[in-house]
Amino acid sequence: MHFTLFISTAVAYALSFALYLIFLNTGKALTGRLGTLLLAAGLVTHYFALLERSRGLHTVPYHDLYGSMSLFGWLLALTYLGLELYHRQRSVGALVLPFVLVFFVAAHLAPADKLSPPEAHGPSFALHVALSILAYSAFALSFVLSLVYLGEERLLRVHKLGDVVWRLPPLELLDRMSRSSVLVGLVSITIGTALGFLWVDRLSNKYSFYDPKYAITLLVLLLYVAYFRLARTTAWRGARASKLCVFNFLIVFLSFTVVNFYLSHSHRYF
Amino acid sequence: MEIVLVGLNHRTAPVEVRERVSFTADQARRASEELRSKGILEETLVLSTCNRSEVYGVPPETSRECASGLSTFLSEFHSVRLEVLNGSLYHHYDREAVRHLFRVAAGLDSMMLGEAEILGQVREAYRVAHEQGATGPVLNRLFQGALEVGKRVRSETELGTRPTSVASAGVKLAERIFGKLDHRSALVLGAGAISEQVIAQLRDRGIARLYVTNRSRERADSLAKQYAGEVLPWGEWEKALPMPDVIVSSVAAEEVVLRREIVEQAMQQRANRALFLMDLGLPRNIDAGVGKLYNVYLYNIDDLTEIVAQNRHARENEIPKADSIVEEHVGRFLSWQASVELVGLINELRTKMREERAQFIRARVESIKHLTEADRACVEKMMDDLLEGLLLEPAQRLRGEKDLRRKIHNVEALRHLFLSNREKP
Repeated sequence: MHFTLFISTAVAYALSFALYLIFLNTGKALTGRLGTLLLAAGLVTHYFALLERSRGLHTVPYHDLYGSMSLFGWLLALTYLGLELYHRQRSVGALVLPFVLVFFVAAHLAPADKLSPPEAHGPSFALHVALSILAYSAFALSFVLSLVYLGEERLLRVHKLGDVVWRLPPLELLDRMSRSSVLVGLVSITIGTALGFLWVDRLSNKYSFYDPKYAITLLVLLLYVAYFRLARTTAWRGARASKLCVFNFLIVFLSFTVVNFYLSHSHRYF
Repeated sequence: MEIVLVGLNHRTAPVEVRERVSFTADQARRASEELRSKGILEETLVLSTCNRSEVYGVPPETSRECASGLSTFLSEFHSVRLEVLNGSLYHHYDREAVRHLFRVAAGLDSMMLGEAEILGQVREAYRVAHEQGATGPVLNRLFQGALEVGKRVRSETELGTRPTSVASAGVKLAERIFGKLDHRSALVLGAGAISEQVIAQLRDRGIARLYVTNRSRERADSLAKQYAGEVLPWGEWEKALPMPDVIVSSVAAEEVVLRREIVEQAMQQRANRALFLMDLGLPRNIDAGVGKLYNVYLYNIDDLTEIVAQNRHARENEIPKADSIVEEHVGRFLSWQASVELVGLINELRTKMREERAQFIRARVESIKHLTEADRACVEKMMDDLLEGLLLEPAQRLRGEKDLRRKIHNVEALRHLFLSNREKP
């Protein structure tokens, strides 16, 4: 990655995080707006950093830890920005930006593989990778939102509001944002997985059809569909649904780490 | 040019005095007119709220004399003996008057620290006075500054962000759960004073539907009519329990009014949608076990009182921040005032020197017979140039003075040395 792009992206994200934090503490609208602007600026420079990487690969950067983590961070930021604009709520920015920043910086510090063209490429494959990582980032966002929900709900129930509760989004809004995020993840993972299966035929001579990644992806899909359905039911509405969302993300994490590194043949970094 | 303020507020006067000296909008207009027509003030503004009555003005003469005139005027205007008022009235001049107004606009001088209503009241008082033509350049600048201070304090500090009454704390808590209340409904059990406060807060926060129930139907009707709510008969409100998202109970009852089983049943019927309950009764109206139900948030009067105490403490911590904003704007205003005074002072000095020059020419130059008219005109021109030259350097130094205190001091010194026998402009 070009050093200027790295520095400008890291600075934009860091400043955006600082401004979101000030916004959370002071509630100053202008600071929040500036935080959003800097996040958008960081997304643009981050995009060019990814583009530079993609040019070398002739596809989306996915086949090394570096590209995968960086793309994840970018899509996480993008999903958050989309949710922020849709729900007009900036209070969560301070809790999401650290993840974006960590993924971006860690990606840069991670050892990058040689830029050899991957086995699979082309628009549909690029979409398969991009949508899968988008789904993971959307699920990560819903995980953060659910954790905030559970924390705030707990404080409200035990009547210990402190300084924090007055600044966080209302529970109902956190719930809606979490479901919006899961919806983005569900749509992405469904289309992304369907596109992936198209590629299985083309690469069947190289990879086993029975990759454990398929099973766990299907499990993730089912768990999030369950969450989406249950979150509106009498028994699960509220904190229970949020706990389910947190649990679901642990499976995603498992899929992203143990399954990718030790079990899958074709999904090392996405 | 000086600013004078005479007034009383909740700290200096009991309510019996405050209510006698308060101004209605019409009275404020009339008082402004009288003050100007009687020559007590050149610019006037009357600020009257439930906790304060204050008259701000720019007098034509020295302000301390004017202040006594203002006290007498207030006494006569409201038909209150001066002895009654004298113990309650405060008088502020210039810097102190400016600081006082800015603190008032910031909510720092309010009974409820940081209350938001006062800024609207200052804005309204200014609008009325401005439309009436009672304000001039000084009060216009002063009140525009005050409005700016009020806005800055509210946006840059947390002085007004947290609720400091039980009713507002309860409603704000409901917003922590539901967000905006504009598509929510509330049921209020009881129609006493505290219920009314909560209803007013709920209406203020845009609650969509409001149900009121009370043992005395008459009082419930009156409240419902006043706040556009619906009345539920006292015996039938339990049937309506699944409907509201917020339930407020403030009923004088020896026994629990809302039992756990009833709420549990209601929660089933409302598919476990979140329910917020405020128990403002003493003894408590709602079974404490209700708070343990899933998706139910129960706050009693003690919980809310503790939140209010925490919020008051948090607001008090913001006072230094708000005061520094006030001081910054006081400095700005005085700087403007000093620069305006400087222009007036230089013009006065110029006029005085020209008068001296004219006397000098009459006394000395006209006695020199061999000078022609053209020579005399030339001498006058040279003397004018010399005077302008003499004035130029001190004027530039004064304008360029960065230290506000020294600037004001120098302006005063110049006035004292050269214009001591004259009134201020």
